[in-house]
Amino acid sequence: MSGYPAELKKLIKAVEKTRPQRVEQSKKGESFAALTLEQRKIWLDKYHPDFKPSGKREVKVGPNKGDLLPEEVVDILESKSRVDAKTVDLKNVDIETDVLVIGGGGAGTAAALMAQEAGCNVVIATKLRHGDSNTVMAEGGIQGATQEPDSPFYHYLDVVGGGHFSNEPKLVAALTNDAPLIIKWLEDLGTMLDKEPDGRLKTRHGGGTSRKRMHSAGDMTGAEIMRVIRDEARNRSSQIKVIEFAPAVELILDDKGNCAGAILFDLETKEFIKVKAKSVIMATGGGGRLHIQGFACTNHYGATADGLVMAYRAGVRNVLMDSTQYHPTGAVYPEQNVGLLITEKVRGLGAQLLNIEGEQFCFPLEPRDIETTCIIKECTDIGKGVMTPIGRLGVWLDSPMIDMLHGEGTVRKELPAKYIQFIRHGIDISKEPMLIYPTLHYQNGGIEIMDQGDTTVPGFYSAGEATGGVHGRNRLMGNSLLDILVFGRRAGIAAAEHAKKVKNGKLTLSHVEDFEKELGKSGLKDAKEGPMLLPDYAPDDVKARQWKTMSV
Amino acid sequence: MSAKKKIQPVIACGDKTILPEGAKMIPLIIMGKEHMIPETLTVMKAIEYTGHQYTRGCGCRGGICGACGFFYRFEGDYKLKTGLACQTVAEPNMIITQLPFFPMKRTSFDIENLHATPDELIRMHYPEVFKCVGCGTCTRTCPMEIDVMGYVAAMKQGNIKKAAEKSFDCILCGLCASRCPAQISQPTAALMARRLSAKMLTPKAEHLESRAEEVKSGKYEGMLSDLTKMDEESLKELYLEREREPDLAKAGEWMPEDKSRL
Ligand SMILES: Cc1cc2nc3c(=O)[nH]c(=O)nc-3n(C[C@H](O)[C@H](O)[C@H](O)COP(=O)(O)OP(=O)(O)OC[C@H]3O[C@@H](n4cnc5c(N)ncnc54)[C@H](O)[C@@H]3O)c2cc1C
Ligand code: SF4
Ligand code: SF4
Ligand code: FES
Repeated sequence: MSGYPAELKKLIKAVEKTRPQRVEQSKKGESFAALTLEQRKIWLDKYHPDFKPSGKREVKVGPNKGDLLPEEVVDILESKSRVDAKTVDLKNVDIETDVLVIGGGGAGTAAALMAQEAGCNVVIATKLRHGDSNTVMAEGGIQGATQEPDSPFYHYLDVVGGGHFSNEPKLVAALTNDAPLIIKWLEDLGTMLDKEPDGRLKTRHGGGTSRKRMHSAGDMTGAEIMRVIRDEARNRSSQIKVIEFAPAVELILDDKGNCAGAILFDLETKEFIKVKAKSVIMATGGGGRLHIQGFACTNHYGATADGLVMAYRAGVRNVLMDSTQYHPTGAVYPEQNVGLLITEKVRGLGAQLLNIEGEQFCFPLEPRDIETTCIIKECTDIGKGVMTPIGRLGVWLDSPMIDMLHGEGTVRKELPAKYIQFIRHGIDISKEPMLIYPTLHYQNGGIEIMDQGDTTVPGFYSAGEATGGVHGRNRLMGNSLLDILVFGRRAGIAAAEHAKKVKNGKLTLSHVEDFEKELGKSGLKDAKEGPMLLPDYAPDDVKARQWKTMSV
Repeated sequence: MSAKKKIQPVIACGDKTILPEGAKMIPLIIMGKEHMIPETLTVMKAIEYTGHQYTRGCGCRGGICGACGFFYRFEGDYKLKTGLACQTVAEPNMIITQLPFFPMKRTSFDIENLHATPDELIRMHYPEVFKCVGCGTCTRTCPMEIDVMGYVAAMKQGNIKKAAEKSFDCILCGLCASRCPAQISQPTAALMARRLSAKMLTPKAEHLESRAEEVKSGKYEGMLSDLTKMDEESLKELYLEREREPDLAKAGEWMPEDKSRL
């Protein structure tokens, strides 16, 4: 690939023209004015996808009835089942186990390990391969108060301050209390955490931390954690059985109201598989691939919020699902980098955001949500965005300023991964700017849980990005990898305890029948089927030629 | 290409490719069958553009999960090339096939009961590394540009720490294993080496050990429970009073003035 096409190169000229003057101003410490608190509020209300009333609608059925949520979320909550509940024979099941874990990412795998340690037989059912997840994508790190000047007390304060005090207090207490135990667990399992030669853990600051408590394993922390805990699950394969390419599509309850299993759908053989379990843990992760309001996302292919849908039909509410974390700077060019995170560090080092005319339009270091609104406003209302050949809008992030401000070679030294990801496609970001637009990053809300990962349905547990409340309306970097392991482990232990005690009654899908009746009453009889399972990226003309689904 | 004319209709638009007017179309040969796709797409998006919906062969879409490894060559060229479908731009007349899965050998071990040295353990679990003929195919094959032959050699030398460090970027795509004439499963052997190295050849973090003990003793439960009951105003006050550890402070050396909550 040979870098920017001619039409974009032409537009870069405008950026180059204003650059010397902008660099001069930066050197003098002059910057574009930040928004006042009043302006922030107005802009957020008008342009931030979370706050804009458009793109949302009221939920008509189920435990969140009456809530105003993003259309894409409401669509899946109001979807109908992929199975015909009345006709399913639950007297005979295909698999029986103590604990069923749905979702083989970080949260699910941690849960499985703990349930196994507590003496249970575990089945992990997962949609793609074991470990294909958002967990592998986390680069930055994992928080935990492990150093002397730090403690769970300060970690707690940082978490709730970052979340604008909208977090669930008991969940934050669990998160921060267990954090050192989690880092210790990872060390014991043989995870290559970054250390000093004497064994002391290396830690850094993250946005909103008062102490340096971000641990890392190179720049692939999530991938290292995932491959270690997956390997450990494989070491215990006599008691942890993994079924890949078999997403769950419905929960099974018993006639006493316990959760008692799930129905899986084998994506390859197209069979439905009935699993009876004494406890079920939902760990299906986030929903970036719902592409709320058309945004690109940083998430893995299977992030379609399936867990919310299944839990919802079983009567479990979700919280804060109107809150989504957008990252202001996701790449929109080249096509192969779309959605790729461009770290805040780029702006921290002095790169400015510019419109099609090479003009600044906002202070580059506003908080994430404010920065996001500024970019959206510039591209939509003001109309000074840049269009890529493939039809995506974006603004320039003027990375070449960095070397001009801090000296030749700074970009390569401070941003090695980003440099490589662009030079691969013929773009030298120390000489040419990047094109960026906000991108969907993290599902703040989700299934409502308590501090052992338990829910309002006995025998039903949930952990990880699928849940809501731990981070409130805003998550700080490094607390999600922590969250999935803390609550994954807690849910695994609690689920095992429940499994040892419970006497299950007759299996039933009557909750699904009831839910569909409610859909019918609300005029939603013809709703689409859910959960979504996989996104479909075929272009419209191809879709038009796919007249119908054939089974041969 | 000014955005002014077309503002509202497409913003970002998810991952679905939108074909701009006049986009140049190029042939891509997917498992022997020719499809026309617009230039600049990754192989992964090109495959989707033709109407395929992935089940296998697609995971993170970000170059880190190893689900999407693929082989390709150009017609008439003897050279066999590899890449990650989500990271490689499709070129005209690429003949491609993905490798969504490759059978690899792995053996189980009990990380809490290791009764031998790391190099002995690797030798016991993966004796076939000694069959490496040093052909270098694995290194040439690796889409992560890892010196695969080098880490296999380190295992042969019994230098497990070196094998761990050299293989750190491995995403277990299996491409190297699929081409090894000695039938070695390099990535699984490397994964064991990394775990052993972290567990047995790296000093433990003492501060972590003592903090974990403090947590287990329940030291922080009271403090945290108090915080959960506090009203927002008092929390805000505490939040604003926090002392911030200086960026350049050496770990464990800087201490806050208020030590009562450590
Ligand atoms: C690019 C990126 C960078 C990030 N960086 C950081 C960071 O630096 N620090 C940090 O703390 N956090 C970070 N995060 C967030 C963090 O990685 C995730 O929130 C977290 O890993 C989610 O873990 P999980 O186990 O809940 O979900 P996942 O890891 O996504 O696992 C969910 C699993 O469930 C499967 N699944 C989905 N639906 C079904 C179904 N119906 N049936 C069965 N299985 C199903 C999925 O395929 C997947 O395997 C980042 C996220 C992204 C995307
Ligand atoms: S391909 Fe196999 S035999 Fe060849 S160098 Fe690599 S490990 Fe050795
Ligand atoms: S070492 Fe082998 S498995 Fe690992 S990334 Fe390279 S080719 Fe893939
Ligand atoms: S899809 Fe994960 S590496 Fe390409």
